[in-house]
Amino acid sequence: MLKYDVVIIGGGPAGMAAGLSARKQGAKTLIIERDTRLGGILNQCIHQGFGLHYFGEEMTGPEYANRFRKMVESEDIDVMLESMVLSLDDNKKLTVLSPTAGLCEIQAGAVVLAMGCRERTAGAIALPGSRPAGVYTAGMAQKICNIDGYLVGKEVVILGSGDIGLIMARRMTTEGAKVKLVLELMPYSSGLKRNIVQCLDDYGIPIKYSHTITKIVGNPRMTGLYYAPVDEKRRPILEEEKYISCDTLLLSVGLIPENDLLNGTSVEMSRVTNGAVVDENRMTSVEGIFSCGNVLHVHDLVDNVSNEAEIAGKSAAEYALGKANRSSEKVSVTACDGVRYALPQSVCKGEGEVKIFFRVCNVYKNVKLVAQCGDRTIFSKKYMVLAPGEMGSITLDKSDIDGDLVLRLEK
Amino acid sequence: MKYDVIVIGGGIVGTAVLDRLAKYNLNIMLLEGEDDVASFSTRANSGIVHAGYDCEPGTLKARFNVEGNALLWRDVEELDVPHLKCGSIVVAKVDGIDGINKLRDKAIANGVDVEVWDRAKTLEFEPNIADDIEYSLYAPSAGIVSPYQLAIGYADRAVTNGASITLEAKVEGVDKIDGGYILHTTKGDFECGIVVNCAGANGAKVNDMANAEHYDTTYRRGDYFVLDNTERKNINTVIFPLPTAAGKGILVAPTADGNVIYGPTAVDTNDSTDTSSSLDSLDELRRNVPLSIKNPAFNKCIRVYSGLRTIIGHDFIIGESSLCKDFYMAIGICSPGLTSAPAIAEHIESLVCERLGAKLKDEYVTVMPRHKRLNELDADTLNALIKEDNSWGRIVCRCEKVTEAEIVNAIHSPLPASTVDAVKRRTRAGMGRCQGGFCGPRVMEIISRELNIPLNQVRKGGGAEIARYKVKEVE
Repeated sequence: MLKYDVVIIGGGPAGMAAGLSARKQGAKTLIIERDTRLGGILNQCIHQGFGLHYFGEEMTGPEYANRFRKMVESEDIDVMLESMVLSLDDNKKLTVLSPTAGLCEIQAGAVVLAMGCRERTAGAIALPGSRPAGVYTAGMAQKICNIDGYLVGKEVVILGSGDIGLIMARRMTTEGAKVKLVLELMPYSSGLKRNIVQCLDDYGIPIKYSHTITKIVGNPRMTGLYYAPVDEKRRPILEEEKYISCDTLLLSVGLIPENDLLNGTSVEMSRVTNGAVVDENRMTSVEGIFSCGNVLHVHDLVDNVSNEAEIAGKSAAEYALGKANRSSEKVSVTACDGVRYALPQSVCKGEGEVKIFFRVCNVYKNVKLVAQCGDRTIFSKKYMVLAPGEMGSITLDKSDIDGDLVLRLEK
Repeated sequence: MKYDVIVIGGGIVGTAVLDRLAKYNLNIMLLEGEDDVASFSTRANSGIVHAGYDCEPGTLKARFNVEGNALLWRDVEELDVPHLKCGSIVVAKVDGIDGINKLRDKAIANGVDVEVWDRAKTLEFEPNIADDIEYSLYAPSAGIVSPYQLAIGYADRAVTNGASITLEAKVEGVDKIDGGYILHTTKGDFECGIVVNCAGANGAKVNDMANAEHYDTTYRRGDYFVLDNTERKNINTVIFPLPTAAGKGILVAPTADGNVIYGPTAVDTNDSTDTSSSLDSLDELRRNVPLSIKNPAFNKCIRVYSGLRTIIGHDFIIGESSLCKDFYMAIGICSPGLTSAPAIAEHIESLVCERLGAKLKDEYVTVMPRHKRLNELDADTLNALIKEDNSWGRIVCRCEKVTEAEIVNAIHSPLPASTVDAVKRRTRAGMGRCQGGFCGPRVMEIISRELNIPLNQVRKGGGAEIARYKVKEVE
């Protein structure tokens, strides 16, 4: 059986950063990637907007990925490509299927989960109507467009305002397609403000909030769809149903961390993030299993993914090499009053700084984010606007944290 | 070339008929209008192998259901089609005992083994039933099968034994000629001695083309939820409510591929092509499923779909037309059509073979080679396969764990899969929780490579390409 100090599952931005950081600690490191190359979804994100925070320069997804790929290749890090982890258990034993190594078992000292996320589908939201060619997730259309060089259609409607949907609205437009309408169930966008501006507004693409699709029409090819505004319970108001012709519907209705592999483990999961519950080292409830990137919680910016993965990779190496030296006394971090979640969900008591990431439940204007230990406020900050589509973060001094921590919003 | 027999329609009935006729020294052909068999009603079937307790005694439905049940359980073994003889229960509240007893009486008349259970006994078998369920009727001979894989299995065995199948050959006219028929199709004309009309939703239309008996047809649409395979552990058996005039009702059932389905509804329509699910109908499922089971998991839905039952009167129409000699019919095959199909096929087989004095072939493949599926291979076998062909080690569909080798095998199977949907029905690639979001483009690439066609000619199914246009090219 193969043995590694640290095995990283997934070779996207999270996996590569985790691998580099584990190797830096001297751990014998393996990255297992399903695709034929490292880089993950970044390889198909040919637009600008990556790296401003991490590298201090703006680059495309493939450029960002390539920068990391070169670093991985120059280090003594093993990489298994076209390989898929079939099972993982609490003892950090993995079963892997690969065209070169066959079906093999690997024993890891520590495991870093970096599998990313998948897109919510038409089926998952029980979209009514026919099931023709022309209905795709935005990411699949992006792959076909940017990697394979083909366009899925010419008259497009997009459901959901997630970032990939917005990016694809612009991409399809520049390729000569007509993006007729974007529909968003919620009264606000789930994507970044800058993408609404740069991908829709700049191209005159209309977006209707609080609207949804009531029926897909056409068979075998999509010919159009019915849509309607929704009431406060998000039920369509059928009296106001309208029809629009289109040959393509792209879905950008949410991303789901792809944690199916954890079924064989006892890793505790969060029902809010759909990722593991972790401490600030990104260690899960199972000692030696770490999680980072979009498999932990869905990020807006890859730069944050890289930073988070470095923490996970370093901690995993320290754990595997027996160098982990941290207080075992943990306090919980929870969210309430308008804060949807806070991550990490626990923090080890001790010295130094800790960064807490959070998302809010709704769009809030002129609010104060407060971090409290018991009755004591240890941090507060005023925001002009907080929106669910933008992940926020605060940095706390650990020495201030003497008990369970709560993040909440105040007027 | 003149065929002895042409079967019209590649649904479960047509493929089963072709399979049975392929045992004989006959020159036979199946014509299917779509680009794969099992492309319309069969692919949307619940996949329940019915025991036969609820058909009116004395009807063709009762006869063929009971006969078909036994034949089907044998066929799935020979053809290596996913199935599970998990039994079924009809559940009823305290006021439903009369309904349960009535079903038991019908079962006895039809020669079907059943047991009436109280709540305690039912709970032992199916712990997830709703809190107010007091009785159930248990039928041990019921179970589940993959309906499309059964039809594909029949088609593959028929082709292996020398039968022909022409896809995308939609019959548009039937002319009687001396000694047989000419069928005009979208793929040209076909001449034969005997026609077997198994055209499903178009069965009555084909009858009209041949000037055979005219039948008025109605259609009943049924919507379903398909749940993630993580829910399979919560459902052990097929759970029916008490039947009504509209049919067997909304069931909760495992599928042979390891998912769970809720459905179907029963929405009457005159449109023979309407397989579009609706908000109302899906809401009906949301309201009614909790009557049978507790804690329904609608949030674990990975797909909604809809299928069409074709209804002509109250019973199946099976046999030779009295108006057109050598024109045989197996139409109006609504529920329990899937279970009945092998028995209907053997009945047609006996009629046609007697008419033609057909003789059995000397060589005939009864047991088809096992399908190799990744999740059924042990480590040594798998590693030996990978050594020979490393595409066995390359997973394309991550959700259902389908390898490239399985997809290539499907594309080159006896009845080749040429579309993404056809590959999906044979391998399950794209049937999991990401619904082909990741593997879709990979499957397209493999089809493009294996069939040597450009990527923008790869079709989803039903004749529609997925990525029709090229991105702008730079000189």
